[in-house]
Amino acid sequence: MQKIVIDPITRIEGHLAIEVMVDKGIVKEAKSSGTLFRGFELILKGRDPRDANRLTQRICGVCPASHATASALGLDSAFGLSDKIPDNGRIIRNLILGANFLQSHILHFYHLAALDYVDVSSAIGEVAPFVPRYEGDYRLPSKVNQSALNHYLGALDIRRKAHEMLAIFGGKMPHNVAVVPGGVTEKPTIDKITNFLWRLNEIREFIENAYIPDILAVAKTYKDYFEIGKGCQNLLAYGVFELRKGKFLKSGIISEKLECNNFEAENITEDVKHSWYADSTSGKRPAQGETHPEPEKKGGYSFIKSPRYGGKVYELGPLARMVVNYALNGPVRNLRSPGKSSQSSGVKSLINSLLAELNAKPSALFSVLGRHAARALECKIVAEAMASWLEELKPGEPMYITYEIPQKSEGIGLTEAPRGALGHWIKVKDKKIERYQVITPTSWNASPKDDRDQPGPIEQAIIGTKIKDEENPFEIVRIVRSFDPCLACAVHLITAKGKRLGEFKIG
Amino acid sequence: MATKEYPVIWLQAAGCTGCSVSALNAVSPKIKNLLLDEIVPGKHINLRFQATIMAGEGEPVIEVLRDTQKEKKGEYILIVEGAIPTAAGGIYGSIGEEGGKPATILKRVEDLGRDAQMTIALGSCAAYGGIPAAKPNPTGCQGVKEVFENKKIKTLVINLPGCPMHPDWFLGTISMILLSGTSLDLDEIARPKLFYGKLIHENCPRRADFDKGKFAEALGEEGCLYKLGCKGHYTYADCPLRQWNNGLNWCIKAGSPCLGCVEPEFPDLTSPFYEKITWEDVKCKKL
Repeated sequence: MQKIVIDPITRIEGHLAIEVMVDKGIVKEAKSSGTLFRGFELILKGRDPRDANRLTQRICGVCPASHATASALGLDSAFGLSDKIPDNGRIIRNLILGANFLQSHILHFYHLAALDYVDVSSAIGEVAPFVPRYEGDYRLPSKVNQSALNHYLGALDIRRKAHEMLAIFGGKMPHNVAVVPGGVTEKPTIDKITNFLWRLNEIREFIENAYIPDILAVAKTYKDYFEIGKGCQNLLAYGVFELRKGKFLKSGIISEKLECNNFEAENITEDVKHSWYADSTSGKRPAQGETHPEPEKKGGYSFIKSPRYGGKVYELGPLARMVVNYALNGPVRNLRSPGKSSQSSGVKSLINSLLAELNAKPSALFSVLGRHAARALECKIVAEAMASWLEELKPGEPMYITYEIPQKSEGIGLTEAPRGALGHWIKVKDKKIERYQVITPTSWNASPKDDRDQPGPIEQAIIGTKIKDEENPFEIVRIVRSFDPCLACAVHLITAKGKRLGEFKIG
Repeated sequence: MATKEYPVIWLQAAGCTGCSVSALNAVSPKIKNLLLDEIVPGKHINLRFQATIMAGEGEPVIEVLRDTQKEKKGEYILIVEGAIPTAAGGIYGSIGEEGGKPATILKRVEDLGRDAQMTIALGSCAAYGGIPAAKPNPTGCQGVKEVFENKKIKTLVINLPGCPMHPDWFLGTISMILLSGTSLDLDEIARPKLFYGKLIHENCPRRADFDKGKFAEALGEEGCLYKLGCKGHYTYADCPLRQWNNGLNWCIKAGSPCLGCVEPEFPDLTSPFYEKITWEDVKCKKL
């Protein structure tokens, strides 16, 4: 058995190390370990509950809008406002969150993941920070490669414009100021709506003409990655984008047979057998969750806990959202593309036509490329929906309602970050935060083994993979990045004694 | 004439990557120009290590850190984003390994800082500790300057606070360094006066409301946000003039009180964010 340690894993958010054991070229064991702990839940305790809305965004500079949304929904529910948010407030929150979905998905594909497939050095020379890198598996035909590289640079502008669009209603980005319990602080006016719309149109053209074609080009060249990184094949989505009734992308849980069942938040628990926390805190529901670090605990190898649903391992993210909404025949609507006539697009028809073009079965979605494709399709669907939400805004009408902070209450905010389902649980006592628990998507996806020794989703996706070249383990980093991990979100520690032993290092 | 290369190492410590993302939002020059072009004629930033965008990973990129420290001693610029966890010897954060063991962020910042030409502390976490250093500061987080002072490291530190920092503040500072080296006009807490020299309150578009005594009583209302917790009257930054995200908007324009995010008192002494806190209150709390 050969040990491979990759530390740091770059082009993700935050600090992650991956350690695998390889026997005759096949991964037998995989450990996913975060290497930074900040302790947000401890910092929030005792503060004004409204401040959670500003502070929790600082958990992550890549998906702050999701934390702002989860926190606002949690505070709305704790303050008894959930059914009282004015339509303008609800819609502007969706536009802010949606703008960051577009930003994050485009950033993820082009600037984080693409360098695993697109050969930058062949076009611009051996320039930092594009070297050093793993070598030996860049396969795109040179014309396609050049086009993808141009889109890498173009996407830098497009993702910036998505943030500009967000700031029109959010004040600034990263870390918007407008999303608050009770609604939003920024008013919808015609000039802002128009400004937002035309940035959105430009982004939609990019998704249509660059992002989706590039995903198809990569998928056709790297076909083997429909077979790599299958993972646990259980998917979970909380659903996202509040409508007057229900959510735009629905919640649900999916088994490998693509059957969808209802999601119930009370089935979530967090195990800590292999995490550096006291065993007495294992198996608790998030509302009762506790954080007692034990960095020297035997058998622990991560400060990420192991969230589980009904005791089982679930993968979260765009793939989960798309497959849930595929099974439920989720959003189907007549949507206008800029410069094109009316066309029908829904999750099911988009996924079916993608699979047909690639000559692949639905089961191929459970893979590295399946995750990338689901992310791109979701980007298109959300962008289309945002255009129609803009039309529902009513300038001059309220976007915020006032409230009193209750002496004592509890709240829960469930939404989705670009990289998967996100939940905030809050308990208020004497108008202060008594308890605040956050379970992020990367806590699920990058979790260590649980109390039943079931490995986490990323670990499962790596185990069994054939590594062609142990000096350049492309397979591992491509699998990890397909999950779009966000480690700042996943909150963890590292042991004082250096649990990760570096017997064999790459490079 | 040959282009002069400025080697740069950008370390991410205990932070949220928000300052990296904010840097990507730069408009003119764009981040593409920073990577590929001469930001100032004849001078090019050679960004050797930046974990969010660099191609490589694992041991080969740690080798880049070692090589740069050795071969470009006294020449390279160190950028630190995020606070430095110092509790229990720095065990709460590591980047890569040294001698088969995780190397702490604390050790990396000390080592790379000692041999750097200068250090830029990017964002409020790197400048003062920021959010991770908020009470009860579970990981003993500190800003770069404090870490250097504890180890008697003499390298110049430039603070570019903000949560996150504005991309113009970053690229403007880089340009100043390329043009004039280390002789920058800094205030008493090492911030470039060009960006942090003006009080938000002095340049606020709602200043006239304050002078007239017209105050918003609830979020979303017209009027000065002083009673809703605005910290613009003791926060020094050019946000009202420059605005954010390509000059489109900023906190107070979007109806939100200023959080005071560029000040060393952020977040503990500038919160509760939605309660009126005067500078006198802050000074009392500091004592």
